[in-house]
Amino acid sequence: MSLEESGVPTVAVHTDAFARLAQSVAYANGMPTTRQTYVPQPIVDKSPADLRAYVEGEDPISNRPFMQEVIEGLSHPLNDNDLNGMTFERMTPRLMDPNTEDNLQALFVENHWTDNLPIILPTEERVAAMLKGTSHSPDEIVGRLNPTAFREFWEFDVEKVAVNAVMAGAKPEYFPVILALAASGVSARSSSTNSFATISLVNGPIRNEIGMNDGIGVMGPYNHANSTIGRAHNLLSINLQGGSVPDDTYMGTLGNWYNYSSCFAEAEERSPWQPFHVQQGFKPTDSAVSVFFGGWYTQAGYGPRETWQEKMRRALAACEQNIAPIFVLDPIVARGFVELGFDTKEKLANWCSENALLPAREYWDDQWIQTLKYPLAVAGVEPFASRLKAKPDGLVSMYEPEDISIVVTGGETQGAWKMIAGEHRHGFTVSVDNWL
Amino acid sequence: MAEKITIHDPRGYPPKVTGKRLAPRLESLDGKVVFLVDCLFDNSEVFMEQVQLWFAENLPTVKIRNIKPRESWVDDPKMRATVEAEGDAAILGVGL
Repeated sequence: MSLEESGVPTVAVHTDAFARLAQSVAYANGMPTTRQTYVPQPIVDKSPADLRAYVEGEDPISNRPFMQEVIEGLSHPLNDNDLNGMTFERMTPRLMDPNTEDNLQALFVENHWTDNLPIILPTEERVAAMLKGTSHSPDEIVGRLNPTAFREFWEFDVEKVAVNAVMAGAKPEYFPVILALAASGVSARSSSTNSFATISLVNGPIRNEIGMNDGIGVMGPYNHANSTIGRAHNLLSINLQGGSVPDDTYMGTLGNWYNYSSCFAEAEERSPWQPFHVQQGFKPTDSAVSVFFGGWYTQAGYGPRETWQEKMRRALAACEQNIAPIFVLDPIVARGFVELGFDTKEKLANWCSENALLPAREYWDDQWIQTLKYPLAVAGVEPFASRLKAKPDGLVSMYEPEDISIVVTGGETQGAWKMIAGEHRHGFTVSVDNWL
Repeated sequence: MAEKITIHDPRGYPPKVTGKRLAPRLESLDGKVVFLVDCLFDNSEVFMEQVQLWFAENLPTVKIRNIKPRESWVDDPKMRATVEAEGDAAILGVGL
């Protein structure tokens, strides 16, 4: 659309599965009559002959010849709507019209404002009580969120975060953690076709102060704080970013159960290694929450037993090369690795990086590596450029050591570990203390 | 009759939308430079090659030029400047 603004007539081509999304984005950009044309989904894995048939076929949305749509989009005269665009403001009221509890519960579901489970209705009294969990003013702007990079940002204040925290069933003492998650700017409801979720990890004294679980069942529904903080991150992401509605603001093809709630605490007192937030530059006495973008694949195992290296090489190779794992270890496993000489998390991450290997042809034969990393490799950006130089059967490393996050948690009823898709970028660990 | 209660609206604040006009259209594509902008999605390059072949066979007077941004999903001002300076029109694809 910036090319149109610069005076270059433009036609955008999309696959038909994204028609509603493309039209919605054009509307929110004030250019609803942007010329959009469509070919069938998918493009990926189609041969040149298949794609030629798309070009010579019909636009599946307009049912007119595709190339005719393209040519007319560049050369047909404009009308008044094209020349004026569309200017408008959307107001969000502070309070809703009075109604019965049953009707309001139904209205929230109908409006896609929930996770389709019952919510705690955010009455003025409940929201006021939640706001007592922070010293910050209700009208202070916390941040902005959007469902994906090409969509508009919505803004929100402390009170709007409190409303969603009430809906999730959270207690006021959890509110600083929820505010920190909102301030991270990382949505827990990405609209990516990959069905991503955002997993959050709490470190520091706040874990014990609010009674979070880092023991038995830590990653399951067995603790009020873990469950409701994770749910609050999802609900606030839905409502403060402008929605998470299938076929509009949500396009994940399979969906993701981590999108209900996925927040946990590190077992710092039982871990032989540095807490995760300390690795990110915080003091042990600081409280912080870290977010991991992923939640897509999960590998699992036990040990470390005699053949741990073989097992872990297989698990690492089965992870997706586009998103490195969070390596979550029960304290029994962590202590086992210490006995093997891994006396820091960094040493274990180095081993994982050195042993997360794929033949180059497999590494590059991935649609997201092709889309996101291949252009960087061609531009000479490392480590992708070196991976591109490898022979097809040559082994390339999937991840750099700093891509791999290591967290110790669990109830020590078994020496179990998991590798879960979870990208932790710079700035993804946020102070909770700043929101007390 | 059930009691009515007042509750908060949970939604954030959307930005104001300012209308933008489309660029003037061309009277004809004859002799014009049309950029095919490959958005770098997997296999979009192959799709754009087929669009280029279609023009060569059906509208050979159109001057087709292929161009790509440096990186996926990141604005490339240099590429945009090239299209604005040297192009008469652009076809972008394939977006999802």
